[in-house]
Amino acid sequence: MLDDFMIRAALAGAGVALASGPLGCFVVWRRMAYFGEATAHAAVLGVALALALSAPILPAVVLAAVLMASAVTLMRGRGYAMDTALGVMAHTALAAGLVAVSLLADVRLDLMAFLFGDILAVSRSDLAVIWGGGALVLGLTLWRWSDLLIATLNPDLAHAAGVDPRRAETWLTLALAVVVAVAIKVVGVLLIAALLVIPAAAARPLSGTPEGMALGAAGIGGLSALAGLYGAYLFDTPAGPSIVCVAALSFIVTTLARGLVRGR
Amino acid sequence: MNTPVIAAEGLSIRVDGRTVLADITVAVAPGEIVTIVGPNGSGKSTFLRALIGALPPASGRVIRAPGLRIGYVPQKLAIDATLPITVSRFLSLPRRVPQDVAAEALARAGVPDLANRQMTDLSGGQFQRVLLARAVLERPQLLLLDEATQGLDQPGSAAFYQQIEEVRQDLGCAVVMVSHDLHVVMAASDRVLCMNGHICCEGTPEVVADAPEYRALFGTGTRGALALYRHQHSHSHDDDCGHDHGAEHMHQHGDR
Repeated sequence: MLDDFMIRAALAGAGVALASGPLGCFVVWRRMAYFGEATAHAAVLGVALALALSAPILPAVVLAAVLMASAVTLMRGRGYAMDTALGVMAHTALAAGLVAVSLLADVRLDLMAFLFGDILAVSRSDLAVIWGGGALVLGLTLWRWSDLLIATLNPDLAHAAGVDPRRAETWLTLALAVVVAVAIKVVGVLLIAALLVIPAAAARPLSGTPEGMALGAAGIGGLSALAGLYGAYLFDTPAGPSIVCVAALSFIVTTLARGLVRGR
Repeated sequence: MNTPVIAAEGLSIRVDGRTVLADITVAVAPGEIVTIVGPNGSGKSTFLRALIGALPPASGRVIRAPGLRIGYVPQKLAIDATLPITVSRFLSLPRRVPQDVAAEALARAGVPDLANRQMTDLSGGQFQRVLLARAVLERPQLLLLDEATQGLDQPGSAAFYQQIEEVRQDLGCAVVMVSHDLHVVMAASDRVLCMNGHICCEGTPEVVADAPEYRALFGTGTRGALALYRHQHSHSHDDDCGHDHGAEHMHQHGDR
């Protein structure tokens, strides 16, 4: 069954969506959308690093993402606003990554595949990495769910309840780095943040509890991946962007539906 | 004095390389109401955050009674509109609490009917009471309130302080609160700490109100507030708080 590239693509898309849905809720609640974007951009630098050192791509990307998070924290400590720190670091990482890749003259690299994903070329080993990384992130998020939630609501409340909010922040940063690393193949560096933010935002109007929203985000993300792939097959459009378009469509639908219900 | 529930000994706190609090020594006795007053930026909130362990001391230390349960009401809690959460779910974080415990805490805080409401749909007064309910969930021996009546109108905050007094009588817990409502505070406290980066003066409300350090910070006008605190009023309320409004007491409003 796994011999069919469409089946592998569907499994890859669904795997990434299931992990990025609940994590994406935290990205939305904590207003970290741009932080997710910066982490994704840092991945390009990680890819270049991996190619230069002939190292495996996954750990290199995670390392680059963690370095990015530390650099942003450092800049914040020096009095820069969050958006300035992220704006500087995100685009520096993207530009430096592209330059570094071009300097690796002996490596023929399909840059478009990294920027926009190449879900139809997912191999069995890619699939193993995606489901492994996705399971890790999902497990981490569920295991620390209550701690992450209270730290997101208010760091001082977390302290008073015996939860260290800085640890929660570290968990989220690491989880974000892993999701970015496994999602590159599926939607590419430029659209990963969309897969985090849009399903969560689309699930918001349908949800009354944080858990409901996480479940909804995973479901909407998974369905978007499948429907996007089908659309890409039907209309011969690029797969990654098609998935994001379907997610955006579901966001519009749930938002309008909520508006209609409220308007009555 | 009994063994203190919490004490600071020579506590200093530095934030971003700046000394915000210097050499604070305070002990809070069981059941005591201590109020901290002081101008903006005087380190009041910093002190409370140090007591809950959110800020590490630069020098000195915080001593807690063994097994001390603390209830904390933060200064401001902005729940992002994108985060759907009901009151009962909020109370069950990070540890799940049984429904009857949550219901009891909500009743104690004066908002028994809110369990299934969304946090973002609450009024300011209801929100603060839910925070109070959260703080009293585990029957704390120490209640820390950081400007808990911020954003409430005067009757609202008077009612809130009344609720805190009831909670204290109920649970016998000590209360340490930061407040700008000098009127209420000066009369409702056992002890007042006047803070401005250090402790300027402390004592009973009467002593502090007469202290030159306090007057230098707040002027002499607030002395009269003590007299204002208890007063008669007989107007009617369109609420269901179900008690006689003619007597001498503080306001109590049901939030709608």
